[in-house]
Amino acid sequence: MTRDSKNFILFRRKLINHVMISATFLATLIAVLPLLFIFYYTISKGISSLNIDFFINMPKPVGETGGGIANAIMGTAILVGIGSAIGLPIGIFAGIYLAEYGNNKFGKIVGLLTDVLSGMPSIVVGVVAYTLVVIPMHHFSAFAGGVALAILMIPTITRTTEEMIKLVPHSYREAGLALGVSQWKTSLIIVFRSAGKGIATGVLLGLARAAGETAPLLFTSLGNRFWSTKIFQPIASLTVYIYKYAQSPFEDWNRQAWAGALVLIFLISLMSLLFKFFTRSKYKKSR
Amino acid sequence: MKNENVLTNNINLTENKTDNSLSKTKIDVKNLSAFFGKNQVLKKINLTIPENKVLAIIGPSGCGKSTFLRCINRMHEVVNGTTTGKIIFDGKSIYQYDPVVLRRKIGMVFQKPNPFPTMSIFQNAVAGLKLNGLKNKKTLAEIAEKSLRQAALWDEVKDKLNDSGVNISGGQQQRLCIARTLAVNPEVILMDEPASALDPISIAKIEDLILELKKKYTIIIVTHNMQQAARISDSTAFFMTGDLIEFSKTSVMFTNPKEKLTEDYITGRFG
Repeated sequence: MTRDSKNFILFRRKLINHVMISATFLATLIAVLPLLFIFYYTISKGISSLNIDFFINMPKPVGETGGGIANAIMGTAILVGIGSAIGLPIGIFAGIYLAEYGNNKFGKIVGLLTDVLSGMPSIVVGVVAYTLVVIPMHHFSAFAGGVALAILMIPTITRTTEEMIKLVPHSYREAGLALGVSQWKTSLIIVFRSAGKGIATGVLLGLARAAGETAPLLFTSLGNRFWSTKIFQPIASLTVYIYKYAQSPFEDWNRQAWAGALVLIFLISLMSLLFKFFTRSKYKKSR
Repeated sequence: MKNENVLTNNINLTENKTDNSLSKTKIDVKNLSAFFGKNQVLKKINLTIPENKVLAIIGPSGCGKSTFLRCINRMHEVVNGTTTGKIIFDGKSIYQYDPVVLRRKIGMVFQKPNPFPTMSIFQNAVAGLKLNGLKNKKTLAEIAEKSLRQAALWDEVKDKLNDSGVNISGGQQQRLCIARTLAVNPEVILMDEPASALDPISIAKIEDLILELKKKYTIIIVTHNMQQAARISDSTAFFMTGDLIEFSKTSVMFTNPKEKLTEDYITGRFG
């Protein structure tokens, strides 16, 4: 082989390397672009309607300008709260079960069903929650909304918990057992804690998804133009508020829908940050 | 029960002429076979382990050394293994103990150091006690210091007890794991190639430690290192493809082995 052809191969290798790196970089850029657009539009359209009044006031009657979303913020908080109170323990425990004891037919079937459930359109979940909770109770309620959100959260949380626990090296489990720690304590304390960070991410994804759902809430919590914290009464939520205001013919309401969207995005981002902060590792990155 | 105990001890003493010391039998393995499903890993193993002695187990890879170790503290059943035959620990079958209780009496150190990554050095040292409900802070601190000292690690970590258990060197991590095992106050310590992943200095420290620990504990150590077995053990068992080929005093085994296979293995002709 001549020196020229060697140089050419070397050059080609470097060139391909650069091209591939640039391609991945470009793809990354395109992937975050929609997020930037979302931020740009919601901020540019919503920021003008944002002020303290918007956060602390109630919606004004039709025809009057102004008004706020205090009840919708409270409502979303309550709905997500009910949803996580039901969904978190079920999701996490189911995940632990699937990872630690689920290596059998039952576990595999449950795992498959969980995947099916996670792909279930949220409007279907809303209809189911309507049939299961709203019809027997004869009225819409925050509770029914919470149930619908819980059903939506459970598969995400279950699957992430399972995957994260499976990633914990077997040696930690054995170390726990060999120390004379019972199986359930080993699972719950040593293994679960080692998987903690990953599970927290799953929980966060579940919460964020629940907080951003609209369709199932239309059938369950309905929406409410007044202040309510009663869990067995219809309740307002940011998403339903945005949905209704964006559809309305009034310009002022459309503006408020943008502002509501901005608040929702802001709250979800804040939740992410707080979660990251509280679940951060106590120690510097281990080797 | 007690009489029986004395009786079996006497028998063992007379049978085991290689072992002249008068220490009592800690673990007595009779006809032990171990299986993974239908695959037989150990074939009718018989040996006795006297108290406060070190037994080294040597043999080529896949000969059942680790499985033998894991049968003794019933970790074999954790991976769905089964056994036949008997293992008598302090005069009682190990299957008469609750596995959790048994594993507190028979501690285990693994090949790869595996301190818990979410815990500090201190928490690692007392993990076994804390997880079993001991809450008294003063007692925990005392036991942590005592077991870290026993594991010859105290001086190196006393100023950083609250650092992560995985941010120290591999050799230190392994000694932390030994400390963690000692903190539960076991009677027997099983070691599965505890020094094989370590550098020579750490190996020397662990070996010194084993010689020190044998004053209080009975130790069974699996090793691939013939010199190590010769340096630290009182008796040695040579396993091959699930059979116990030879079991005798270490000094005899390494100078005058009875079996041709043993001699070939020790001199490095295979394995």
